[in-house]
Amino acid sequence: MSRTPQGFEASRPRTLAEKVWDDHVVRSDGEQPDLLYIDLHLLHEVTSPQAFDGLRQAGRKVRRTDLTIATEDHNTPTDNLFTIADPTSRKQIETLRANCEEFGVRIHSLGDAEQGVVHVVGPQLGLTQPGMTVVCGDSHTSTHGAFGSIAFGIGTSEVEHVLATQTLPQAKPKTMAVTVNGSLPEGVSAKDLILKIISITGTGGGKGHIVEYRGQAIEELSMEGRMTVCNMSIEWGAKAGLIAPDEKTFAYVEGRAHAPTGEDWDAAVEYWRSLRTDEDAEFDREIVIDAAELSPFVTWGTNPGQGIELAGAVPDPASFDDPIERTAAENALAYMGLEAGTPMREVDVDVVFLGSCTNGRIEDLRAAAEVIKGRKVADGVNMMVVPGSARVREQAMEEGLDKIFTEAGADWRFAGCSMCLGMNPDQLTPGQRAASTSNRNFEGRQGKGGRTHLVSPAVAAATAVAGSLAGPADL
Amino acid sequence: MEKVTTHTGTAAPLRRSNVDTDQIIPAVYLKRVTKTGFEDGLFAAWRDDPTFVLNQDAYRGVSILVTGTEFGTGSSREHAVWALKDFGFKAVIAPRFGDIFRGNSLKNGLLTVELPAEAVEALWDAVEADPSLEVTVDLVDREVRAGERTWAFEFDDFARWRLMEGLDDVALTLRDEDRIAAFESNREAWRPRTLPSAA
Repeated sequence: MSRTPQGFEASRPRTLAEKVWDDHVVRSDGEQPDLLYIDLHLLHEVTSPQAFDGLRQAGRKVRRTDLTIATEDHNTPTDNLFTIADPTSRKQIETLRANCEEFGVRIHSLGDAEQGVVHVVGPQLGLTQPGMTVVCGDSHTSTHGAFGSIAFGIGTSEVEHVLATQTLPQAKPKTMAVTVNGSLPEGVSAKDLILKIISITGTGGGKGHIVEYRGQAIEELSMEGRMTVCNMSIEWGAKAGLIAPDEKTFAYVEGRAHAPTGEDWDAAVEYWRSLRTDEDAEFDREIVIDAAELSPFVTWGTNPGQGIELAGAVPDPASFDDPIERTAAENALAYMGLEAGTPMREVDVDVVFLGSCTNGRIEDLRAAAEVIKGRKVADGVNMMVVPGSARVREQAMEEGLDKIFTEAGADWRFAGCSMCLGMNPDQLTPGQRAASTSNRNFEGRQGKGGRTHLVSPAVAAATAVAGSLAGPADL
Repeated sequence: MEKVTTHTGTAAPLRRSNVDTDQIIPAVYLKRVTKTGFEDGLFAAWRDDPTFVLNQDAYRGVSILVTGTEFGTGSSREHAVWALKDFGFKAVIAPRFGDIFRGNSLKNGLLTVELPAEAVEALWDAVEADPSLEVTVDLVDREVRAGERTWAFEFDDFARWRLMEGLDDVALTLRDEDRIAAFESNREAWRPRTLPSAA
């Protein structure tokens, strides 16, 4: 059995998640939860001010400023780089800046070339690498699992704990495999796949588990597609989601600003190659999916598990056997203003949002641009294109994607969380309906009274053109 | 942190499943930089509705929330816990909670207790029939009591001990500071660092 760099000797075959976990155990005494070392701590303005306050009150420092990085994303405007109109939003951003200054934490502020959605920034700087533990006061931290790391969202008390100790006490989760056999059909994306998975498991199906996504369809995904899948692990309640690193992963990391170089690179890759689930390792649970059966997938309800094929229709609440699901469906249809039996393709939208930590990376913008190129956004539809980071925005402009979007009549904006969460000025008004590439269709998530259908970037672009939910094949 | 052992109070029935943290407190209410004052955003979308349970006179002054499964899923915002506490809740009972919300609640002394759906249904019926019914959430004996009924719940030993002693997690961890330092001295040199900035 293998011996890890931290001296852990395995006595049995282990899953990828167990290997990464074991390599980060500072203390494991059987009574308290394991104490895990944290390799990378990402900060943003919303969930950190009270944590820094806690440090100040206790007279503590940030233990490892060199493993900590901050950016501004949730409150930032996307129509300009300079003016945060709402004074409470501005105060929160200014508080982050002051805290980073006081405690010596690196920050990429609005206007900086590396500013952006925190989960886009980490990977693009090469700070997210295989075999790490990554945390952030944001539930979509699971995104970083795409590199074969254990990455999960934490609350503000835990943010303070990590700032002070660079560790977190954690009960060891169970393990689960989601095996996706075969290849995704043409026109079916990572987003369609993860929406389908959540519709099978429900919002709580992954609770207490670290999930490893594997199988041919997962191996065939690009790194950015893998990030989309891992990003939404939290939407079915999983503690974290990860994917074994492979040559694609190494190629993605190599050459980035904070990637190892020279002998360090060789040592790192040698370790990263060991990060695979052992052949005889056992998962506590496994879900098997046949990729060939998948097609573009959208949500009809008010949680990410309430989804259906784009080719399908709004389900009848009476068709749910479980009384809790039936009531949830009734509530969802009332909120969404939908009638059972309506074909999804006949649902008209007012807004299309392309962006977020789920689908705001360069490949997402390319996928949407390919569909919308030479076409026009339908009358009465507002399409917002919000790159996940300033760097993604710059790259997209080098490729001329901004022109494709603006010529189609879409709104090309600056980087940030934007309409994903209804905190900054980009919000739906009551009753407005959106096709959104973000991750949550909760009531009011994109603005009070707003109605959200979660979709892939290609479906978002096709929907903008059609004016109602549509796939590229429908145009 | 204040010690948490047992709490007795009246309870509000919230007959909904999947009450995510955006519903507990929408993002627009998360802009404060303090840990208090979040009660104004609690269940903001429903607070204008006179039929909403917390707007009914019968449930004024409740300190226990009894709700459906998957309560607190979604965003990691600890503000959801602060809002419930600021409003006056000491305990929440549901068949199942979102993981991050549950962790956050226990860091703040908000007792989150999982009971089977049948028990939650029975509690709903009981507090709807008699809103003045006193409900006890007893962490010491790990049981919920209401009227003649008693339901046992599971609660992690360590988390329970920590709550009952009112211990601060950071102080607990720092007792192992030497182990953290030893771990750090063995960390691989190629692991990424944010400083100095290479961007």
